[in-house]
This record gives sequence, C-alpha cells and structure tokens, in this order.
Amino acid sequence: MSGSGKHTVAQLQRMAMTLREDVIRMLVEAGSGHSAGPLGLADIYAALYFDILQHDPSRPDWEERDILITSNGHTAPIRYAAMARAGYFPLRELQTLRKFGSRLQGHPERTRLPGVETTSGPLGSGLSQAAGMAYSILKLDKQTDRWVYVILGDGELNEGNNWEAAMFAAKYSLHNVVALVDRNSIQTDGTTEEVMPLENLRQKWESFGWQVIEIDGNNVESVIDACSMARAITTRPSVIIAHTIPGKGVDFMEYDYHWHGTPPNSDQAKEALAKLRTLAGTIPDGAKR
Amino acid sequence: MSGFSLAEAIGSDSIVRETMRKGFGRGLVRAGEADETVVALCADLTDSVQMGAFQKRFGDRFIQVGIAEQNMVTVAAGLAAQDKKPFVGSYAAFSPGRNWEQIRTTVCLNERPVCIVGSHAGFSVGADGATHQMLEDIALMRSLPHMTVVAPADSVEAEKATLALAVMKTPSYLRLSRESTPVYTTHDSPFELGRAYVLREGHDVTILSTGIMTYQCLLAAKQLDEQGIAAEIIHVPTIKPLDADTILMSVKKTGRAVTVEEGQIAAGFGSAVTELTAERLPLPVMRLGVQDKFGESGTTDELLDAFGLSALQIAKSVRSFCEITPKYHQGG
Repeated sequence: MSGSGKHTVAQLQRMAMTLREDVIRMLVEAGSGHSAGPLGLADIYAALYFDILQHDPSRPDWEERDILITSNGHTAPIRYAAMARAGYFPLRELQTLRKFGSRLQGHPERTRLPGVETTSGPLGSGLSQAAGMAYSILKLDKQTDRWVYVILGDGELNEGNNWEAAMFAAKYSLHNVVALVDRNSIQTDGTTEEVMPLENLRQKWESFGWQVIEIDGNNVESVIDACSMARAITTRPSVIIAHTIPGKGVDFMEYDYHWHGTPPNSDQAKEALAKLRTLAGTIPDGAKR
Repeated sequence: MSGFSLAEAIGSDSIVRETMRKGFGRGLVRAGEADETVVALCADLTDSVQMGAFQKRFGDRFIQVGIAEQNMVTVAAGLAAQDKKPFVGSYAAFSPGRNWEQIRTTVCLNERPVCIVGSHAGFSVGADGATHQMLEDIALMRSLPHMTVVAPADSVEAEKATLALAVMKTPSYLRLSRESTPVYTTHDSPFELGRAYVLREGHDVTILSTGIMTYQCLLAAKQLDEQGIAAEIIHVPTIKPLDADTILMSVKKTGRAVTVEEGQIAAGFGSAVTELTAERLPLPVMRLGVQDKFGESGTTDELLDAFGLSALQIAKSVRSFCEITPKYHQGG
C-alpha cells in the first residue's frame, strides 16, 4: 500500500534527494542554520507533501485541508523546500532563507508565509497546538475527514509541554492527531541518550494512551503506510516513531551531532551536493545502521 | 467629567460587594450565547475562576486541561487557529506566570485571538502568601506586542470587559482579583477598551489607578479634600493601549501625577504612565505599588495597608508628594 498513488515510490525518493539538494544550497547561502535534522527529514517531507497530505498549494487556507505542524521549527529549511517544490511559492525564494525581509524566517512564522500553519521555534509547543486544532475539528466542527500531522524532534521531547499535550490528546481520544517523532537520536549537546535519556520511548507513549507505530523514517513507503495505519485508528491518537539518520545523504554529516546546528561552508556544500548526486536514489534504506 | 456614573454608597459600609470573577463568569456566558465560537479552557480551577456556569451551559465548548497551564494556552492557540475564540482561566501566578513563553510565541507572535484570564491577581489572594500573589503580570503582559491588557475596577466592569474582549480578534489579558470588592461602577458607566475615565475632577494632582486600586483612590481623594488637596481621579482599566489623550490632558492641568497599582512598580502600570509623560509632558510622577518586594500571608486589607496601598496610605503618600513637589504649570 502506498498512499494516494499520486507519485511512484521512486519519484518520491528522487523528490527527497531534490529536497536535500535544496537544503544544502539554502544553508550555504544563509551562512547559518541547522543541517542534520532537515536532511534526515527529507523522506518524511517528500511523503507528506507529495502523497499523504490533502492540501492545495494554490489555496493555503482551504478549509478542508489537512494540517501539518513543524513543532521543531529549527528544521524549517526542509519544510520550505518541500513547500516550494509543491508550489506554495517560487523556488528562487528559497535562497532568501534567514535574510532580512524574507518570508523564510530562521524559524517559521505563520503570519509571514501562507501555508505555515503555526509559528514555531521554542520547542515543545507544537503537539498541544495540534491537539487544540484536532479538538476543534473533531469535537466542535465535527469534521471527520481531516487530520492534524505534527512533526516533533526527539530531543524536543525533553520539554514537559509535550507530555501535558500527550495526556490531553489521549483524554479526549483525538484520533485525528498523527505525531511523527524524528528519532534521529541527536540534539545540540550530544546524543539524546547522553543529554536526557528518552528510552523506552515506545513504552512512554503507550503508557500515555497512544497508538505507537515504529518505522524507518528514511523509507518513504514506510512513512506512507504508517500514516495510513494511523488514520485507520479511531479510538486514540497515534505517534509514529520514525527512526532517521541525522544528516542523511551526506556521509560526513551522518550521525554526527555537531551538524545539528551548523551549516556547511561552500567547500563542504560542494562536496555534499556531489555526494548527494552520486548516491541519489541508490542509498539502501538504513544502510549504515 | 466623562458622564461616568458611580454608585452613591462609595465609602459607606452599605456598598454592595461582589467578586470581580463573578462578573467575568456572567460575561463569559453572555459572550458564549452571542457567539458559538467562544470556548473556555481551565486548569483545574473551574469554580475558582467562575467558569462553572459556562461549563454547564456549553458542554464540549468547555475544556478541562488539568493542572497544565503551558498546555492550556497552546491548546487554546490551536483552537484559535480553527477560528475559535478561547478564554483560558487560571490564577495569574500560573497563567501568565508559568506559561509566558507559550503566550509570547503561540499567541502573540502567532497573532491568535486568545484571551488570558489571570484571576486572583495581586494581594487579593491574601492568606495564600507570596507564591500565589501575582504582582508581576502587568509587566509580563504589557511588554508583549499585539497584547491588550485590562484590569477592571469591579464585577460590573469585569463583565463589560469580558464582552468587549470576546469580540476582539487579537490577544488579550484580563486581570481579576479574588476577594469581594465594592461594586461602585454601574450598568450605565461607560466602558470602552483603550479608554480612561475621569471619575472625579481636581486641580492639585492627578491620581491614576487601575483595577481594584481605583476604589481606594476615590476614598483617598475624600481624605485629601478635607486637607485642602483637590485630587483628580482617573480610572485606567486598559493598561495597554493607554488612553494618552485623557491622561495628558489631566496631567497638563494639575502639573503632577501619582500612579497606583496592586503590583510591582517595575515595568508595570505606573511605568507605562511614566513612559508616556516622560516623552510627551515631563512632570513629576510618583509611582505607588509594590516596591521590589514579595508579599506575605495576611488579609487583603492588612496587605494593602502594609504595602502602602490602602486609602489612608495613598492619601498620606499623595500629601507628602504634593508638599515636596513644585507644580509645573504648563502654558500658564
């Protein structure tokens, strides 16, 4: 099963590679920003924007659209790249990332860029906003065919607000919430298990009353299937723990937490783009694991 | 005068007393009847903040979030994203005390029309002590872009403020107190967001106050009158945006001003007034409020007196201020 079938899996994989190239170019031009997370999330964003989401780039306020929240706002470059490729705004605007006057702020702002559903950056506030939207859609407006997807960083789960939201969504059986945890196991100061251990993460979510689906987050087909499964559950919210490789596609960045909050310089960017092109479409999923 | 009608029993023991929260609760139900997008969220203090009637009346439009103020305000931001008009209620010490960053990012920067209702603000929570006496909320809220800040005088004005905030499309903060306080505005008294009101005319000094302090100032004015000082009393329920015209017109006439608030003087209401006068009409201003201290357990009256905010203490401070401060007459 592969979602709506709007694109083939091979096309989605190629799109993920294109998004990674966009991200590298954006970051080197900006001179600051985060590398590892956006590269690791490319497959998830390709699957969401080009298969999973019910959306219309020409009508960002379409009342029946699905909602996608980027709670880990520092990964904005991958969202911007996916939005531009989907047709929300011209591709050339990607090069304005983090520059004065740009709609592409360092962390995404709803009021500046149509299609950004909420302003984010300070961590831990996305899941509860998703829950508020989902409550409104399900309990007050009685819309049954709309979903609220929210992407959370794993380090972000250190923030207590997430667990308040997890209790809330379970209490009200907000089954129209699908959380995707980018389980890349790094954060600014080191690995997640060094900084503040998250394991056993599956059991944590299960004990909070959530349906847990665990996947290879760099496999677009798995992402699509997991979201289908999540939508089929009508009793409780779902969380997809998506194991990803931080810096995926650029070998000198992969798994290295130092690339969490650092952009490539121009030489590194050249090398990164060359590696992405060489390897495009041929990296076996999870090959380095 | 602005035609502001006041209860006749001011200063007498027979004046009706009611908690401001009750007025809020009535206003919330009326707002909910008028507009089905109005929703209310509470953090395990439903009856304390008087959301019980709304809860009984509107079912799923009342949302119990548990003791989780950060979640409460961010869930509200999500509801607002789906075109709802949320009121979130807790004690001011916890909301906005605990969840300020979430208010900043997901409500203000995000431009969502959430109304934060901070109940039990100031010394009105009395016996609970300093942990629960929120004195910094005015400073926290008025520094936020897009935020409107309102501290009503009594329960009648609180009801009017609630209805006015319910139709606003931008973020707001409503400051309420716990104790029963004299109801001295009337249903006919005007209330408009962004307006200040001259309650009593005078030519020697302007006393500007907000929230429950205005009643103490009216009492202080009577005492000052007997001592030959004619104080002009201006009630400023909207702390942000300030009614600059009304304030400046009065201060220009009297030549000096005293601000009175039930909160820290740093970055609070008095600071807002002083910022205005310093730029537009530099004159002596004395700020009465809490002088960089925390409170302690006690009755509200005991605490107001101890911190210089009872009518008697206000009158004393104003008198000495007038004695030592020359009047700067503007334009002769």
